[in-house]
Amino acid sequence: MNEAYKPVEHKYDVVVVGAGGAGLRAAMGMAEKGLSVACISKVFPTRSHTVAAQGGISAALGNMGEDDWRWHMYDTVKGSDWLGDQDAIEYMCREAIPAIVELEHYGVPFSRTEDGRVYQRPFGGMTTHYGEGTAQRTCAAADRTGHAILHTLYTQALKYRAEFFIEYFAIDLLINDEGVCCGVLCWDLSTGELHVFRAQTVVLATGGYGRAYFSATSAHTCTGDGGGMVLRAGLPLQDMEFVQFHPTGIYGAGCLITEGVRGEGGYLTNNAGERFMERYAPNAKDLASRDVVSRAMTVEIREGRGVGQNKDHIYLHLEHLGPEVINERLPGISETAKIFAGVDVTREPIPVLPTVHYNMGGIATNYHGEVVTIKDGDPDSVVPGLMAIGEAACVSVHGANRLGSNSLLDLVVFGRAVANRCAEIIKPGDAHLPLPKETLSKAVDRLDRVRHAKGSTLTAELRLEMQKVMQNNAAVFRTGEVLSEGVKLIGEVFAQLSDLKVNDTSMIWNSDLVEALELDNLLRQAVVTMASASNRTESRGGHAREDFPDRNDEEWLKHSLAYLQDDGSVNFDYRPVHMFTLTDEVEAIPPKSRVY
Amino acid sequence: MAEFRLPANSTVKKGKYYEAEKNAGNVKRFKVYRYDPDAKENPRTDVYEVDLDRCGPMVLDAIIKIKNEIDSTLTFRRSCREGICGSCAMNIDGRNTLACTKSIAEIKGDVKIYPLPHMPVIKDLVPDMTNFYAQYASVEPWLKSSSPTPPADSERLQSKEDREKLDGLYECILCACCSTSCPSYWWNGERYLGPAVLMQAYRWIIDSRDEETAERLDALEDPFKLYRCHTIMNCAHTCPKNLNPAKAIAETKKLLLARR
Repeated sequence: MNEAYKPVEHKYDVVVVGAGGAGLRAAMGMAEKGLSVACISKVFPTRSHTVAAQGGISAALGNMGEDDWRWHMYDTVKGSDWLGDQDAIEYMCREAIPAIVELEHYGVPFSRTEDGRVYQRPFGGMTTHYGEGTAQRTCAAADRTGHAILHTLYTQALKYRAEFFIEYFAIDLLINDEGVCCGVLCWDLSTGELHVFRAQTVVLATGGYGRAYFSATSAHTCTGDGGGMVLRAGLPLQDMEFVQFHPTGIYGAGCLITEGVRGEGGYLTNNAGERFMERYAPNAKDLASRDVVSRAMTVEIREGRGVGQNKDHIYLHLEHLGPEVINERLPGISETAKIFAGVDVTREPIPVLPTVHYNMGGIATNYHGEVVTIKDGDPDSVVPGLMAIGEAACVSVHGANRLGSNSLLDLVVFGRAVANRCAEIIKPGDAHLPLPKETLSKAVDRLDRVRHAKGSTLTAELRLEMQKVMQNNAAVFRTGEVLSEGVKLIGEVFAQLSDLKVNDTSMIWNSDLVEALELDNLLRQAVVTMASASNRTESRGGHAREDFPDRNDEEWLKHSLAYLQDDGSVNFDYRPVHMFTLTDEVEAIPPKSRVY
Repeated sequence: MAEFRLPANSTVKKGKYYEAEKNAGNVKRFKVYRYDPDAKENPRTDVYEVDLDRCGPMVLDAIIKIKNEIDSTLTFRRSCREGICGSCAMNIDGRNTLACTKSIAEIKGDVKIYPLPHMPVIKDLVPDMTNFYAQYASVEPWLKSSSPTPPADSERLQSKEDREKLDGLYECILCACCSTSCPSYWWNGERYLGPAVLMQAYRWIIDSRDEETAERLDALEDPFKLYRCHTIMNCAHTCPKNLNPAKAIAETKKLLLARR
């Protein structure tokens, strides 16, 4: 190993990488159960991107009318365009109820109904009686639900004395020759020291990689560091072709405007003032699934019915809701619209555009959160010592398209699930496996190489190139031709990683180096996203191929697993979709056509 | 004889000047505090000319443009870019605020950017927030109740009116703009909890679901922790989320007075 670096060693039962909603729920749960846990995060926990979630978190509490977790499950399976694993979806929708009631017990400041219960609003794709009525299932704290949950979970983790390592950047997983994950190498930004965290289990809760695109609702820090580490370790990522475009990002700035606006009665119009969603989704209208609404908006713009000088966006109206409803339930987006679009939402519509928002794909796991891969013909083979949760993971509960308010739910349900699982399988204080020295040495060398990279391309230049390729070639609608070009272009960008130039060589808060390492993570996932999109010759959920407009269950009712080689080429394998349930309390939902 | 000396690194020197490209149209100067922890030198102010015609509207857009195109060593925190994560708090044009929601057009003349005042600086615009976070944890900002937790399928009830009492408090993003704008916090930051933390303490005092109000008030009844607030009101004036920590502190003092 490079002698200039002498990593400090730590031993814990569990190490959680990431302190967003999933990471914090996991860390507090493990601490509560008596495991020693380190939670590592590159940002202070309450700055994780969960904080920006607005509309709410779904659970069939039935506070605002009849509801049943089985209806929630049906909606989620249909929303996923049948690519979601039904055992995991059953688990999530059933556990939603205790997991969210628990959040209330922790002190989340949910909005309330007249009788003092948790307030719930309608959201896209959420129905009653298997698609018949509109459900009010999404629990909300005004339009700052993510903020309310994240801050509460952080304080719960403090309460149970989970140990935090804040502004530590994770470099690489330490996986031994037998394929067991033994720990993770991290870099303390404030002192410049390296740290090796050894653990029985490493939980990746590192979020999505939205910043692979030019325009995303995601924070600058959403660089999918866990996915990057997994690809570098030779493990696959699953269903990476499925990228969700949120219908309502602010035109230009890309900031999110919650679907809760439409849940509260807001609607979209084109340049004729027409509520065009009635044509595309006669029943659900503006509350159809996000992929459906984003495609409809894109078609409207493409056919010349967009609004504005260049007819390149759509209007979102909420002025008819009146100042009272807006102030009580949508105060946050009123502020955001004012600052970033100069719009007074009580008087004028917000200019919006479908904007990259969420990665359905990620690190393949089972419903316990254990990372799985294909080994010796077993498609559900567990990778020992490694778990993944939240947007970083692909359980898969969202399949080809996630429903709004199922993401916060995914975080808390599976954050809780890994805590339960670890308590079950880990004996506190058990001896650790020996460190894989060679892997550690390789990880340190990689860091050193990037730190002293003296090529000719700045991180920001290469990042911009990647973002433009992704924006142009892996958009809402895709064709074989555009995707093949995309594969070639993103490959060229990937090749330039070896020509990177890093100017700052300090180890203390070297954000030039952090961004270079983040770019490596982003770019690997951009490459597999493009390749996976090119590979899947059907349309399903968020993956809309104009050359293959229909869903093809015969050939493609399967998860794609993408492995990235060092030369940037991508290999594929497939896992079957779990078309079975966990218990006999509910029956599996066979594929049928998906209309809203 | 008493010896008076300035603390280390308190003199800021003149730094580098980066001129805009020749064809730049709408140039604005950004004067940015720089401190390199490895260099063992005093901090300096670097000046960057930025072409506003090719830059987003917010101060954060400008400093990202500087980092991307002019000087990749410039270091600052940022994340959500929409005013909800609280990362990019800094002193801009003489006032603590979030770079991501501060419009460049609102600033007359050169844009002066410093780290949050009176915090130890790690590098450039990145202050050390350790003490601030430790103070936050010290008020035990989690729900405490001695009554048994309701069963797993039912929430605690809270009336709309009781829930409303949390509005204007729970929205805090812990950016520390308020605390680091408070002269009282500057002088006694080790022992005075400061406006942000006191507001979060009050957020739990006033939550109808919390049952340790008396203990929480006991913990605050201290000449330093709470009573160093002298109603200067810089906190309320500077808060980028338009919250009013001074009011929360005043309410806490009223509660303490009422129970005497």
